Amino acid sequence: MESLSKRAKVLEKKPMTLAERAYLPAIFQGLSITMQHFFRAATKKQVTIRYPEETRPFSPVFRGLHVLKRDEAGRERCTACGLCAVACPAEAITMVAGERKKGEEGLYREEKYAVSYEINMLRCIFCGLCEEACPKAAVYLQADKMAPPRFERDEFIYGKDRLVEPVTPDNRSKRGIQLTPEQADKLRSQLA
Amino acid sequence: MTLPALGWQGLVVLATFGISLLIATYCTYAERVIAAFLQDRVGPDRAGPFGLLQPLADAVKLFTKEEFFPAGANRALFVFGPCLAMITALMSSAVIPFGGFLQFGDTQIHLQGIEINVGMLYVFGIVSLGVYGIMIGGWASNNKFSLLGAIRAASQNISYELAMGLALIAVLMMSGTLSLREITLQQTHVGGGWHLSDIFTWNVFKQPLGFVIFIVCAFAETNRTPFDLPECETELIGGYHTEYSSMKMGLYLFAEYVNVFVATAVMSVLYFGGFNYPFQYEFLDFLTNKTSLSADWAHNIFVLMGVVAMFAKIFTGIFFFMWVRWTLPRFRYDQLMRLGWTILIPLAIFNILLTGGLITFGVIQ
Repeated sequence: MESLSKRAKVLEKKPMTLAERAYLPAIFQGLSITMQHFFRAATKKQVTIRYPEETRPFSPVFRGLHVLKRDEAGRERCTACGLCAVACPAEAITMVAGERKKGEEGLYREEKYAVSYEINMLRCIFCGLCEEACPKAAVYLQADKMAPPRFERDEFIYGKDRLVEPVTPDNRSKRGIQLTPEQADKLRSQLA
Repeated sequence: MTLPALGWQGLVVLATFGISLLIATYCTYAERVIAAFLQDRVGPDRAGPFGLLQPLADAVKLFTKEEFFPAGANRALFVFGPCLAMITALMSSAVIPFGGFLQFGDTQIHLQGIEINVGMLYVFGIVSLGVYGIMIGGWASNNKFSLLGAIRAASQNISYELAMGLALIAVLMMSGTLSLREITLQQTHVGGGWHLSDIFTWNVFKQPLGFVIFIVCAFAETNRTPFDLPECETELIGGYHTEYSSMKMGLYLFAEYVNVFVATAVMSVLYFGGFNYPFQYEFLDFLTNKTSLSADWAHNIFVLMGVVAMFAKIFTGIFFFMWVRWTLPRFRYDQLMRLGWTILIPLAIFNILLTGGLITFGVIQ
């Protein structure tokens, strides 16, 4: 029969030789393999990550928990344009837009801002399309923080209280990655 | 035997008992560490330095677990099963010679629980009783998986005991005695000079085929992989100890390790020269003539080195058992029976004929 693909191979079923039937050579082969692993584990580092003390490093492209960014002056960048909500394939983002009042220029960057901004972490698929859609570079998925498990469903709806990044430079992040103390100091001197 | 001597022997029996249990305890730890290392992992290392207190933690866990009796189980036999398994496992270590005798003035302390001239027969008798512990436990559980596991254990042990006994007959033909001490003492070479014959007097070099048969059967007798059909998690859940919990379960698992200890001890006595070690008589000569030790102490140090050698052999054996366990997959049941009845038993009979022929023509003695 003509074979359908080039991958097909004719298998020969040869009768086993005496050495193969005796089974002992195969056993010793297996034993030598496991012994090599024994010495590898005893001398080199094992693959185990001892969890509470060590943690597995995150991938640099990991997409974790969202953060709403502030600009250099500490003002919220989000202008509640709604593009992230439109881009979201899981329809996890809802927001209410409001107009900036006089005297709030230090709080919000644009004249329009998000009065409420909620992401349902149970719906979110962490695809990062909101991050791509945002014209103001306001929403990012942090590369070093996962959405933690919770007991109640409503605790998964993250409002602005949990999404907006803190004002203090030490807690800020850049492109979703927590600032190092040096970067935080630099930012602090810029703000001053 | 005088009364003080009897007391000393009693102490030796108790020490043997304690050592068997201690080794079984640390076998559980060693098994996990060796398994981990063979699989590039770390193993238990939290409880104490290097996790050495892990057996203690396991024991606390087992003792505080719920004691479960399945409905319809025969309660008396259900409790009796693990007890019997443990008792038989511990009893067989009594006749194993761990060393020569210690000399303190007029008192001699033999480092062997009881010296009986049918030691090998005794070990075999006790080991074959061990299957009753499994059988009773499996039957009393009122569970089909347990019963299947117990029946498998019984048929497996009976099948492999035959081949094991036949492999042993070849050794006994050469040694002409059933006493384990006598067999040990025959595997040594008295005389001066530098020679490797201290090792080549071991039975393993005179009986290589018999040794292979014996070790395969020892794996089957102790229900270790690749012959752990009686507990066979993938088919029988847990085999004969499916319904067991708490320390009764612990006793079954413990009995297995005590059996491994006894099997390796018997193996080192029969095939690896027991408490003999290379250059031992040169060492004794050195101690008596070149050092200022008294004759008694020179002898005692020589004997204690023998005990160390014996335990080194036992630990190597135990390591080999674990190494094999984490390398080989389990046999299928029909493969197990075919191996036992159609390969090992004929091979063992052939080995007897071969040995008989070689003895008749004076090649070996």
